[in-house]
Amino acid sequence: MKRYIVHRLLQGVVLLCLVGTIVFFLGRLTGNPVDLMLPEDATPEDRVSMIKALGLDGPLYRQFFIFVGNALHGDLGMSIRMRQPATEAFFSRLPNTLAIIPWSILLAMGVGIPLGVIAALNRGNVLDRAAGTVAVLGVATPGFFLGILLIFVFSVELGWLPSGRMGGPEHYVLPVITLGAFLVAGFMRLVRSSMLEVMESEFVKLARIKGLSEWVVIWKHCLRNALIPVLTLWGVFVGNLITGAIITETVFAWPGVGRLTYEAVIFRDFPLLQAIIILKSILILSINLLVDILYAYVDPRIRLT
Amino acid sequence: MTELDSEPVLEVRDLHTHFFLRRGVVKAVDGVSFSLHKGEVLGLVGESGCGKSMTALSVMRLLPKGSARTVQGRVLLHGEDILTRSPREMREIRGSQISMILQDPQTSLNPVFTVGEQLREAIFHRTHGRNKDVMREAIEALRRVDIAAPEQRIGQFPHQMSGGMKQRVVGAIVMSGQPGVLIADEPTTALDVTIQLQYLKLLQRLQRETGMAILFITHDFGVVARMCDRVAVMYAGRIVECGTVEQVFENPSHPYTRALIASVPKMTGPIERLYTIEGQPPSLMDLPVGCRFAPRCPHAEQRCHDIYPPAFAVETGHDAHCWMLEAE
Amino acid sequence: MHRVPWIPIVIIAVMISMAVFAPQLAPYSPIDQTLRDKLLPPVWVDGGSMKYILGTDAFGRDILSRLIFGARVSLIVALLALTAGGGVGLTIGIVAGYFGGTVDNVLMRLVDAAFTFPAILFALLLAVTMGQGLTTLVIAISLLLWASFARIIRGEVLALKQRDFVALARVRGCSPARIMLTHILPNVLNTFMVLVTLNIGVVIIAEASLSFLGAGVPPPTPTWGLMISDGRGRIADAWWISVIPGIAITLLVLSVNLFGDWMRDRLDPRLRQL
Repeated sequence: MKRYIVHRLLQGVVLLCLVGTIVFFLGRLTGNPVDLMLPEDATPEDRVSMIKALGLDGPLYRQFFIFVGNALHGDLGMSIRMRQPATEAFFSRLPNTLAIIPWSILLAMGVGIPLGVIAALNRGNVLDRAAGTVAVLGVATPGFFLGILLIFVFSVELGWLPSGRMGGPEHYVLPVITLGAFLVAGFMRLVRSSMLEVMESEFVKLARIKGLSEWVVIWKHCLRNALIPVLTLWGVFVGNLITGAIITETVFAWPGVGRLTYEAVIFRDFPLLQAIIILKSILILSINLLVDILYAYVDPRIRLT
Repeated sequence: MTELDSEPVLEVRDLHTHFFLRRGVVKAVDGVSFSLHKGEVLGLVGESGCGKSMTALSVMRLLPKGSARTVQGRVLLHGEDILTRSPREMREIRGSQISMILQDPQTSLNPVFTVGEQLREAIFHRTHGRNKDVMREAIEALRRVDIAAPEQRIGQFPHQMSGGMKQRVVGAIVMSGQPGVLIADEPTTALDVTIQLQYLKLLQRLQRETGMAILFITHDFGVVARMCDRVAVMYAGRIVECGTVEQVFENPSHPYTRALIASVPKMTGPIERLYTIEGQPPSLMDLPVGCRFAPRCPHAEQRCHDIYPPAFAVETGHDAHCWMLEAE
Repeated sequence: MHRVPWIPIVIIAVMISMAVFAPQLAPYSPIDQTLRDKLLPPVWVDGGSMKYILGTDAFGRDILSRLIFGARVSLIVALLALTAGGGVGLTIGIVAGYFGGTVDNVLMRLVDAAFTFPAILFALLLAVTMGQGLTTLVIAISLLLWASFARIIRGEVLALKQRDFVALARVRGCSPARIMLTHILPNVLNTFMVLVTLNIGVVIIAEASLSFLGAGVPPPTPTWGLMISDGRGRIADAWWISVIPGIAITLLVLSVNLFGDWMRDRLDPRLRQL
């Protein structure tokens, strides 16, 4: 188990280096990085000092070492627009995103998993088709359009809920639903197909031979096994969440890191975007490591290898 | 050991189980009747795909949902038809009155729970006892199936055990409720040859200790000779011959039985060419009107192809469905 | 279950004709502004007129015309990105599957990495460093696609490699390149086509999302994502600006997905579990 974790940790570090390298080279790839990293009204002195600081007059490998050195010290550059260190901007916004993500995951699991189970139990009949239709529609509706529709219906027409910005609990409802929607269809489809597979297995037959009630057979013996693929695909879901957070926070003017990403794009704030990508990568890798450990807990077959 | 005069504990009468597929109806079990008496081991023999396992699952009422259905027949457990029981009543019968060992121990245990959890669950489900009592009973059940150091084994996961040990755990689980009837569906097929004999001996010992009746499903006549008191030979969804093991081995009366026995390699005597049966069993979707074995039978006459032969008694307690027996 | 999905096919056909014949079909220019006609509602809403069937936006541009020209962008981007991203994935999948060993290992680690990090981040980064435009957009969306293509195609190739005809070709002394082109490629084309159809919806949504985030084809070129974005601030008084293109996207993606499912069931049912 310890070796497994160390192995995954090393893998994560390698991946992070890969991301860092890509970000670095994309920054140098097109034209002059100084233009990317300084505001338009920067003075010639600013330019000179930046060229010096980043070694931009030197060879590329030297610039790379400076970049890596700075990154290791937590210095990922200055945000052009916010005129503060990019990491600071990121971490000041992070709590706002973390405030909606758990609710969205809960919502997605609370809706997606039971729907998947119910669809599998009712394979081929009306309930299955209804759940399938929900999933197909969920996949086909772009997240930002769903968000706007929700605002239109619940804020504009009905006036029940606020249309954006942070605030009391009622401000959370629509963003949480929108972000959760990025996961629901995926959860449902996955749970349905793996339930169908598990329900055919011999150990389920044995559980019935024991005389266990259908409830225990389905929700204990089947579901626990059917959830394993959900965990295996967690990486994909984390990716969906990050994408979803950018779009959701943009639609609802939610001051989190997703919205920060959007701002970095529309204001062409390259240092900020670069920092966001590296920090999000670290976040993703840590979450994946945690999930791997959780995975080993749920599926004992992994634990010993 | 057989008590033929006593009431049977399990009696199957004219059982029909069909698969309803898009391509057509598969008659997997098509009129099977047999009875199993207290303390008796009845072998159900036949090639794979002849409907042995489907017979077992029909009796347990654990057919694959949706596609398969028992369309006709009765399954009498202690004289009462269990096919008409509600699912709830059936759950109470399963595990405590009738139980079953599945073929492949690698897949019949749930990989994400410890064997102890799976065993305790079966015990708790019946007794609703206190944790401590359930635990004690579970350890006792493991000890009965010859698992060494059950206190340690009980906390392990299935993947930490060998195939033979898993199959013994399965045995412990399904027999924990002391069922009067046990169906063993090729319980040793997936095991190593060296372990098979060990497992058969274990089953035999448990059978003698508890006096339960076993329906032993196999394709192996060698195992039948070792384990069973009586044997029923199944071909294409029907039982073609039935009798005590001695009767059937000494005087196999259906050409199919003869062919099956001839195709078992002999351990003694000169090495001969193994007998093989020509042709393929008929498709269960498109069965012949007459005797199902007729297309492959060396003795087939016209009426074999036209009319299904009724049961003819060969001797007391031994009968076979073959027209050749009519004259005798 | 396996009925031909006629309604989706008709919808797709309509959208494709809209894209191809946009200049002929659109009643107005999608770009020219007619400020005195701004924010007119669609014809079925009070105040709407037959002049602008689907209404106008905040600059008095005809929604219908923009919708028709927007189909063009969606479909061109889909075509290019699927060719580029799918092609790269196909190549990598074949190479990794055929050679195996270290090559396979390295390429599959790259695929894993691509699955770990959401492609949208790199797409946004590209938009900032390379500037907005069709090329950037196509590269960005290709990044989203190649890995899943590579992974599935590789699996197919691994299975194919076991088959006799590949071994035979090798015994005959065919070069690896030749085997891959003449023996393996034709046998994975079915799977490739299924993957392409199943991913059209993904690409359309990605294009719209990137446009919405200001990283797509730059304005004033009308795209559906941009139209939705434009109407976002007007949702209270002119909902049609964003709702109509939103419905168009949903309808198109729904149609191509249903069509893709049907294609998959016909050509390659084994892909079903994906």
